[in-house]
Amino acid sequence: MDAKRDFSEPLAYAALAVLLLLVLPQTLDDFRLNLMGKYLAFAFVAVGIVLTWGYGGILSLGQGIFFGAGGYMMAMFLKLEASAPELPDFMVWSSVETLPTWWVPFRSLGATVALILMVPTLFAWGFSYLVFRKRVGGVYFAIVTLALALTMTVLIIGQQGDTGGANGITDFRTMLGWDILSDEAKRTIYFAQVGLLLAAMLTASWIVRSRLGKLLIAIRDREDRVRFSGYDTAMIKAAVFAFAALLSAVGGAMYTLQAGLIAPGVVGVVSSVEMVIYAAVGGRLSVVGAVVGALLVGFLKSWLSESFPEAWLFFLGTLFILVVAVLPNGLAGIAGRFAHVWRPKEVPSATAAGRP
Amino acid sequence: MSFDIAVMQFFNGISLFTILLLMAGGLAIVFGLMGVINMAHGELMALGAYMTYLTARAFELWAPSWMGVYIFFGIAVAFATTFVLGYLLERGFIRFFYKRPLDTLLATWGLSLILQQAYRSIFGPQEVSVPLASWLSGAWNVTDGIQLPLNRLFIVGLTFIVAVGVWMVLYRSAWGIRVRAVMQNRAMSGAVGIDTNRVDALTFALGSGLAGIAGSVFTMIGSTNPGTGQLYIIDSFIVVVFGGVASLLGTAFSSFAIAQSQTTLEYLMSGSMAKVTILVMVIVALYFRPSGLFTSRVRT
Repeated sequence: MDAKRDFSEPLAYAALAVLLLLVLPQTLDDFRLNLMGKYLAFAFVAVGIVLTWGYGGILSLGQGIFFGAGGYMMAMFLKLEASAPELPDFMVWSSVETLPTWWVPFRSLGATVALILMVPTLFAWGFSYLVFRKRVGGVYFAIVTLALALTMTVLIIGQQGDTGGANGITDFRTMLGWDILSDEAKRTIYFAQVGLLLAAMLTASWIVRSRLGKLLIAIRDREDRVRFSGYDTAMIKAAVFAFAALLSAVGGAMYTLQAGLIAPGVVGVVSSVEMVIYAAVGGRLSVVGAVVGALLVGFLKSWLSESFPEAWLFFLGTLFILVVAVLPNGLAGIAGRFAHVWRPKEVPSATAAGRP
Repeated sequence: MSFDIAVMQFFNGISLFTILLLMAGGLAIVFGLMGVINMAHGELMALGAYMTYLTARAFELWAPSWMGVYIFFGIAVAFATTFVLGYLLERGFIRFFYKRPLDTLLATWGLSLILQQAYRSIFGPQEVSVPLASWLSGAWNVTDGIQLPLNRLFIVGLTFIVAVGVWMVLYRSAWGIRVRAVMQNRAMSGAVGIDTNRVDALTFALGSGLAGIAGSVFTMIGSTNPGTGQLYIIDSFIVVVFGGVASLLGTAFSSFAIAQSQTTLEYLMSGSMAKVTILVMVIVALYFRPSGLFTSRVRT
């Protein structure tokens, strides 16, 4: 497996970089490129899910929490700038008189970026460390994170005056005076995002190849043995979960910048579970695959729900079942098998094409 | 006066408790006894509700004079349909995912999306509701201040009968002994001649059938739409996990605790804050008792 991965992974990276940096910007109009940018924002989450679920065996159905946290914090900054010196319009509608204290830091871009990077990461680390230390894992962790995602949505929708409620935060267009909704700005943000994404992917691939990655696989397969060997497995799992949360928050912030709004829909239960399918379609063990999966499913979602609105849920449901039942390694698994066919002379190791 | 409010609040809690218990009871059997996470459980409940709706329509058309008692037929039809669907699901779908609980979760989530869209395509996106029989409308005036709606009382009685029935089946019947034997030690049960595949299929079918009854009951207090199942599924999972899997008593206790706290908190604060408080409280409680309130001392 190793000999083959070393060869195929840089190739996949190169192909993806060419696609994202050259092919898509050259061939797509501004509107379609912006759509791609939105799908790519979810790719950050998918990369995190590859690490936590694919390698660590931790299935979180609440990644939307961190995505939403990043997205909302970014939107709070943009909204404050858009409505300055008045209060944001939804606060006025809910007769909120003064700016809530926890909104105040979002007047400054520096503080906003720092909070986007820190709050979801620290929360994810603290929460998951407590949970993992109690040896709660597997489906229980999935259900608890699902409950958290539900809690977060209910909270956001319920606190209309502080969060914009069901409508989310909308109607902003400048960042420090720069018009982010202009076509030129959208392209700039797209390239910035691709740069960030490639950096995130390289970090994730590096983690997978490092000793930490080996430990993760060991924890996924036999956690008690790793614990008996003297490792603090709860800390390792929490660290990876926190990193995934960090990626999700960055993705959320990039989403807000490109969508021009953030709404509770992307935070919620349905959206959070959908994020898992991005990683699953691309291949839960492949960082590049996760990004391709996010792009592909995102694209299919827009296309199907525009052209055949009835078909989208049927398709998504079938996708969930197919990926789990037939293609546990997703598209990356298929690609691996084709690579094997194309290079038959190479003697594959026992695990090359199957589940490791 | 405040006593009256307290009684009414308590009764509201009991009503929520009955729905939660029926939903979570089916889940507890499937999740607790079999270890299968069925995210489509809510859609089975919605199916029960739709079947009750169809029964009501059929009675309206062909036997209007029997409309007063259609609900009993509705419950039977709902139970039978979901029981059969559950059986088929287990044989044709779920059994391929045993031992892969996380994958089961995702696969059944996919199934729930397909079922939701199917309901939307068949019954339309709008809500459907059934007429309430005349003998179930109105309320029982216990005192001047206390009025207990008859349909809710009926639901409480029905839930009690169903709960006793399930308990009898699982703890007082030969088949129940086999179910509990398979749950405690699958290999050994197979060795002594229990057909574990058949037990799995029937257990799953029973859990699904309970969801169908829950759906039937739901039509008496609300209207059904394709997303109805989603309303209760996460709450039901919380109830099962909080009560401790593999303990039906725990499920009953935890649905009671969660329902009562929810209605009480809703009285004291806004609905959304009540929900958030409950979820946070459950997560904190799970931190101190990770395996739920009631644990079974079974070696696995």
